Amino acid sequence: MIDDSNLKTKGFPTLEELKRLGTYPSDEAFMKGPIAVIECIEEIPCNPCEETCIKGAIKIGKPITNLPRLNTTKCSGCSFCISSCPGLAIYIKDYTYSEKEALIIFPYEFLPLPKVNEEVIAVDREGQSICKGSVIKVNNNKANDNTVLISMVYSKEYFHDIVAMKRL
Amino acid sequence: MIHKEIVIVGGGPAGLSAGIEAAKYGAEVLIIDENHLVGGQLFKQIHKFFGSREHKAGMRGFSIGRDLLEEINKSENIELWLNSEVIGINKEKELLVVPKDQGVVEIKAEKIILATGAIEKSIYFPGWDLPGVMGAGAAQTMMNVHRILPGKKVLMIGSGNVGVIISYQMIQGGAEVVGILEASSTLGGYGVHTAKVTRAGVPFYRPYTIKRAIGEDCVEGAEIVQIDSQWQPVEGTEVILEVDLICMATGFNPLTELAWMSGCQFTYIPELGGQVPTHNDRLETTVKGIYIAGDISGIEEASTAMEEGKLAGVHAAHSLGYLSKEKEKVERNKIWERLNDLRSGPMDIKRKNGKELMFLKYNEGCIND
Ligand SMILES: Cc1cc2nc3c(=O)[nH]c(=O)nc-3n(C[C@H](O)[C@H](O)[C@H](O)COP(=O)(O)OP(=O)(O)OC[C@H]3O[C@@H](n4cnc5c(N)ncnc54)[C@H](O)[C@@H]3O)c2cc1C
Ligand code: SF4
Ligand code: SF4
Repeated sequence: MIDDSNLKTKGFPTLEELKRLGTYPSDEAFMKGPIAVIECIEEIPCNPCEETCIKGAIKIGKPITNLPRLNTTKCSGCSFCISSCPGLAIYIKDYTYSEKEALIIFPYEFLPLPKVNEEVIAVDREGQSICKGSVIKVNNNKANDNTVLISMVYSKEYFHDIVAMKRL
Repeated sequence: MIHKEIVIVGGGPAGLSAGIEAAKYGAEVLIIDENHLVGGQLFKQIHKFFGSREHKAGMRGFSIGRDLLEEINKSENIELWLNSEVIGINKEKELLVVPKDQGVVEIKAEKIILATGAIEKSIYFPGWDLPGVMGAGAAQTMMNVHRILPGKKVLMIGSGNVGVIISYQMIQGGAEVVGILEASSTLGGYGVHTAKVTRAGVPFYRPYTIKRAIGEDCVEGAEIVQIDSQWQPVEGTEVILEVDLICMATGFNPLTELAWMSGCQFTYIPELGGQVPTHNDRLETTVKGIYIAGDISGIEEASTAMEEGKLAGVHAAHSLGYLSKEKEKVERNKIWERLNDLRSGPMDIKRKNGKELMFLKYNEGCIND
């Protein structure tokens, strides 16, 4: 781990850092439909994501401090792994959602919850407001144990930047 | 005087796991905790835990505590005393306990496992005694156990996992976290945790420290200042933040009073949190029959605390004759494999080194058995 990384000095990973570690999906993988994006780039002792994925798309193995690796061909974008991650570091992104818009499904643990069709503000890794987003689904299944999955569509232009919405 | 086989002081993840493990082999266990709930730190932790699936990672802390309690309740060999503080202990393994409203009870134990956890460290600055300056753990207890939000605009000091996670919980509770200060050159907490508070809009100030708390009768603000590599304030970098709560998440020390009182030796190992009772790889101290487990043996995580509890529990049960030497060895090796796994990453390696140093010290200092 490089100590002057943005992650260790400012608190969030830049897209370059994510790509450099080789765990960020390729453009080609994104073109195939919804897949998981795992922004967990530090060797910490953690693995619930691996065990939650019944498709076997996430591999950590031994030791438990290995970085999670996603096999993009196995991942169906089902989103089961999102709420299992204590770091809230996994979301689903779909570049193919529509011609102009992309879809993100991200974990959200604040109240109040947005409503379906509500217009919200999409934010980047730094928490900065970037563009408008539209909520299309709010999944508060019991199995998610209060980590609510928000599905939001936003302009494809900001495909890689957007990771969440601004708190209401 | 009441007689007990194994007495465990502290009902956190370490103590509960120690009790469950020892009872599994038939030992009679008494767990004593001063709180009205078991779980230690767990019952105020509303976040999902990292760690491994076999340590219930991905579950919220209080749910892990609830599961452990269920196991305790199922066991016929475990007795649980809540609202009871252990105030004294000696080398002969006699304990003085104050159960709520019942005077003092004396217990003679054959084995004792101290799983008392840790205590927050504070830092001192002008105004630190104003109401509105508190340990992050105190704020967490007020919020998540007593349902009182202790402030609306918060400054957090310390960017380790505790500072970051409690900041996140303050936002969930409806407060605004104005900033998180870090004096070191890098942020302490796991990147996944720092990233989630950053995208929730919280800035980190680094390398920064607090210069003073501002206010007459309570906190009304904080003056913070950048520091150089010698930890000296850099003039002209002062910033005044409007806050009504200043939380300190500046580390923990093992809670060792009972261990001191029992007469066991100590070793100073900064990587483990300071003065720690000297212990071996079965977690026995230099007083035969007194074990330690969890944060008292070095500040770590609930996952390692649970494994250490099992380690102490297995050995205590073995030394009472409940499981054979061979079986104890097999179980101990399994636990050690998992502990080494948990301590294998670069973020955790210093604890592994600290532990190894500790075992060396134990072997140097202990010529008994
Ligand atoms: C904010 C925060 C977040 C954390 N997040 C995680 C995480 O995500 N994953 C993880 O694995 N770990 C996490 N941890 C760490 C974890 O909580 C601790 O490492 C763990 O609780 C230590 O367990 P323990 O049993 O040693 O001590 P504790 O949980 O502190 O339990 C000790 C118990 O002993 C009692 N006690 C002490 N002295 C006496 C006495 N004289 N008489 C009677 N009772 C006594 C105490 O009241 C307490 O109930 C976190 C800690 C904090 C503070
Ligand atoms: S989205 Fe589904 S298939 Fe893909 S990694 Fe997550 S759980 Fe596995
Ligand atoms: S569950 Fe989340 S934090 Fe844990 S290893 Fe997987 S991605 Fe990383």
